[in-house]
Order: sequence, then structure tokens, then C-alpha cells
Amino acid sequence: MKKIFKAIILSLGALLLALAPLATLARPAQAATNPSSVAAIKKRGTLRVAVFGDLKPYGWVNQDGKRVGYDVYLARRLAKDLGVKVKFIQVNANNRVDTLNANKADLVLANFTVTPERKQVVSFAKPYMKVSVGVVSKKAKPVTKVSQLKGQKLIVTKGTTAEQYFTQKQKQVQLLKFDSKTQQFNALKNGRATALADDNSYLYAWVKQHPKYTVGIKQLGASSYIAPGIKKGNTSLLKWTNREITKLNKEGFFAKDYNQELKPYFGSEVKPSDIILDK
Amino acid sequence: MPHSGINVLFEGHNLVRLLGGLWTTVWIAALALVLGLSLGALLGALRTLKNPVLRLGLRLYLEFFRIVPTVVLLFLAYYLVPELFHVDSLPGSWMAVIAFGLWVAAEFSDIVRGALLSVPVHQRESGLALGMNRWQLFRYVLLPQALKLELPATINLATRVIKTTSLLMLISVMDVINIGQQIIEANNTTYRTGVFWVYGVIFIFYFVVDYPLSRWAQRLAAQQKV
Repeated sequence: MKKIFKAIILSLGALLLALAPLATLARPAQAATNPSSVAAIKKRGTLRVAVFGDLKPYGWVNQDGKRVGYDVYLARRLAKDLGVKVKFIQVNANNRVDTLNANKADLVLANFTVTPERKQVVSFAKPYMKVSVGVVSKKAKPVTKVSQLKGQKLIVTKGTTAEQYFTQKQKQVQLLKFDSKTQQFNALKNGRATALADDNSYLYAWVKQHPKYTVGIKQLGASSYIAPGIKKGNTSLLKWTNREITKLNKEGFFAKDYNQELKPYFGSEVKPSDIILDK
Repeated sequence: MPHSGINVLFEGHNLVRLLGGLWTTVWIAALALVLGLSLGALLGALRTLKNPVLRLGLRLYLEFFRIVPTVVLLFLAYYLVPELFHVDSLPGSWMAVIAFGLWVAAEFSDIVRGALLSVPVHQRESGLALGMNRWQLFRYVLLPQALKLELPATINLATRVIKTTSLLMLISVMDVINIGQQIIEANNTTYRTGVFWVYGVIFIFYFVVDYPLSRWAQRLAAQQKV
């Protein structure tokens, strides 16, 4: 007993000792230099962009080991227009914010959806893509309106925006909930429900592989926007990126990006205007 | 079989990329071991001294690294330290070498201390009777015997370090697991069973690196029993 007590005291002491210096420095000291300002990036000669490495076709690595995808194509262009080289830092969904705050990257282009919670911790530049909830069903018996789902079964994955939307807004639809994408698509193929709802950007890629199905409802509820994430307080890069995206929109860059990086992976009924923004 | 999952390994440069990832894994583990073992040996020797302040400090160091999970250590080193101290830190792979090295040093210091203390008392006393000073006693009597005792445990520690590098993907290091996942996700619509082959190859990679070490440790342990 005494030994256990001693061990606990010791380990607590060790933790405190290690955390004490961190705590004293935890107040938000105003950094004199911003390593991600436009001037600093130009001086360094590299733009560090956080991207996904496993989200095809937005940010992934092809068989030659080259980073490609809709987000990556944009990253290369931004670096080119800044006149610097691009350096990719691969991140997961849940360390996108930390990567910015720890100055590991200047910019996040990793399918970063703008949400009110995220706006508290990072700044978002102008969006360059939109997603919303879509509904996929058999081409032979397509569901094109939500009213067709009344009293019918609909497949969703837990924790997705699709689940949220139907639980809150469409209570008359019976939901069949699954844990993973693989499970939900198998259930649809086995005919366990009339239709399946998920992010439309994901469904477009799925119907390409399964031509018997169609995304009958492309957009439900409000769209979410995907935008570049920038560290809070980095106004110089934020302003530059906003101007840049306006310019790229004018020259039709995103349609080019769409045609090269997304079109080959999407079903034929998808149009660029379902994904990219007009202005 | 045009769509057999094994083909995923031979598409483009996939196998070479996996080997590149393995190299990252191996060099980070090797450097962390070199750093950790040298520092740990020193700390372990210091821990046999009677100075209470020194002993407490080193004990706290050991407990900290033993209690805090490696994932948290990596996260602290890579994200929190630069954020709080406003330093432009080293790239992820070097932060990993440092975090792993400090962890190895902590674990190894305990192995060294245990080994030094388990050298029989009469050996130490015989040395003193021969008129050896403290350094000579350490260098010619304690160290050679302790080395033999600590080797199997050290090799076990090394295999653990190599396996734990699979956590590196959290701090954006392109290790073998990270590259494996890239390959799986890039191909999961064309090769549905590719995931088994990629993880299968990674399994073999880890086995090839770790098994000889493990055998070596077994042999040494067996020799000591004789």
C-alpha cells in the first residue's frame, strides 16, 4: 500500500515538474515574427501546405508517389503564383488545426469544411468548393425528391452531416444507421433500404464505380464550404489568398482543376457546377 | 486474375515507396537508439550514486517518460512545444528522434541501474581489496559484468522502439505505415483486397527487422543461464 502511494506521489511530481514550464509560457505571447506571412514565405522560398494523403480524389498519392488531387492542384498553383516552391505536409483530419497553430504549415488545403466551431480557432479564406448532403438510389427506381422517402428506409453513417440533416429536418424518414462507409454501401447493394444519404462529393465517386446507381438528389439542405485554412492573426497571407482565389475564379482555374483531378473519378451525371463555386 | 489484390504492390513504384518508408522507420529508430542508449547509460550509472537530489531528479525523469504514452510525447514535442515556446522547430523526423531518444534513455537508465546493482557484492569488494579507485572499479569490474546482464533487456527495448515508430504518422512523418495507407486509399476502388496485401508486406518488413534482434536476445539469455 505504502509503495503504491509513493509511486503515485512520484509520478504526479514528475508530471507537474514537466508541465510547470509549459504552464508559465501558455499565455499567448505575441510572436514578433510571423513565419507564415507572405514576405516570410517568399524569403524562405517554400510554401508549406498541409494536405491529405489518403482522400482520393481530393488529396492523395498516385502510384508513382506523386501527390495529386483537387486540393493539391490548387496548392501547386498558389505556390507558383507566389513564385516559390511547394512543400507538402501530410495531415489527418484531426491534426489540421494543430499543424497551423504550431507553425508546421502556412496553409491547410485538406478538404477543410468551414464550421462555426473551427472559425473560433483558425481563419478561413474564400471557399473554393462546396459539398452538401446527397442521396443515392437505384437508377431503375431513382429517388429525386425527399418526399419520395416518406415512410421509407434510408441508410446513413453515424456522425455524418447526412445523419444530422435527416434526424433534425426529415423526421418522417426511417433511418438505418451504420458505422462505416463499407457497411453502408454493402447494405444499399443488398437492398436493405430505398436509398442512402451521405456527402455528395463522396457519392459522386461511388456511383462512378457502380453505374447501376445514381445520385438522384444532389443537394439537400444548406451547402457547406471548403476553404483554405490559415492561422489566426496571419492577415497578410489571408488577404493574399482571398485575392488569389478571386483571380483564379475569374480565369476559370477551378473548372480546369475539376476536369483534371475530379472528373475522371466522378459519375457522368455530375457537372463542375455541383462542386465548384461560381464566384 | 486481373484484379487480384497482390498486384497493388507492383503498380508503379508502390513497392519501392514502401521500402523507402521502411528506411525512414529504420533510421529514426536507429538514431533514437544511439542517442537514447548513450544518454541512458550515463543516467543509469549516475542513479547508482548515493546523492539523494540527483536520484530523485533522475527518478522523476524516468517516471515521466514511462508513464506518459509515446503518442502524447510525440504530440507534445511536435505540436505543443513549438506552439508554446514560439520556436521554429525541427522537422517531424528529428523531433521523433529526440522524443524517442529521451524515452529510450529513461527506460535504459533503469536497465543499467538494475544491472549494475545486480553484480554480486563480492565482486565489488574484491575490486576494492585490490586497491581500485571508484572509476577503475566501475570500468573493469562492474561495467563488463553489467553489460552482459543488460543486453537481452536492451535488445527487447530496441524491438519495442522499432514497433513504436508506427505512431510517427501522427506527426506527419512518412514512415512505412503512412505510405501503406496512401497506397491502400489510392487503390481501394480498383483493388478491394489490396489492404491485406499492403499490411501483409508491412508485417513482413517489421518481422524481418525485428526477428533477428529477438533471436539474438534469446541466444544471449540462453548463454547466461549456462
